[in-house]
Amino acid sequence: MSLRTPLSRVRGLGAARSGTGHFMGQRLTAMANIPLAIFFVIAMISQIGASHAEVVAFIANPVVAIVFILLIASVTYHMRLGMQVVIEDYVHGELAKILAIVANTFFTIVIALASIFAILKIAFTSGAGM
Amino acid sequence: MNVQDRPLSPHLQVYRPMLTMMMSIVHRITGSALYVGTLLLAWWLVAAATGADAFSTVQWFLGSWLGLVILFGFTWALLHHMLGGLRHLLWDTGRGFEKPTIEALARATIAGSLSLTVIVWIVGFALG
Repeated sequence: MSLRTPLSRVRGLGAARSGTGHFMGQRLTAMANIPLAIFFVIAMISQIGASHAEVVAFIANPVVAIVFILLIASVTYHMRLGMQVVIEDYVHGELAKILAIVANTFFTIVIALASIFAILKIAFTSGAGM
Repeated sequence: MNVQDRPLSPHLQVYRPMLTMMMSIVHRITGSALYVGTLLLAWWLVAAATGADAFSTVQWFLGSWLGLVILFGFTWALLHHMLGGLRHLLWDTGRGFEKPTIEALARATIAGSLSLTVIVWIVGFALG
């Protein structure tokens, strides 16, 4: 028997016990995405018409590489949470819903890992004559 | 009663379309489009990391008319979703729920996303 009051056990959890973390994560990444996406748009404009060597040199710049990795991490987490809500709202079959949520997690992890791996590879090898 | 047989509340078709409702729907649509659009960003980055040949393939696609249409849509979806998100962050603080404010924010989001998209592309063409 716990001495905690019923209120303290549910405070911050909501009726579903776990939604608050999702909500906060969505807002946290939303706030992070704003400056990161603005940087991304400006960065992409700066690379219009650039050659492969120029783009590689640009991404290899530590500031660009770090911000791009932060962008990928924040965006993929944000979109995983967002798509999960869309799935929960529109996919009603229990099995289909679970499979869609699993596929959503796999997709976002693959996008994140592939993108971050590519950035790191460029950043760590561009000096060695790619 | 079986879970599947439970009555559902009235859905979209019983409501008259309104601006704020369309904004909510478009926020989801742009979010979903951006979700799929990350495939393009991942492809671009992996191609750049692979080599000049792979990179020229993705650049060829992005420079084609289909690629440019997708990139234009990507730009608008990103800016619209971002401005829409700013509205949501404002609402999260408990502000901006008055009807005239909501309407004004909706119109400002549309005007802002469209004009910013055009500005981004004008700057892009001027520099590119």
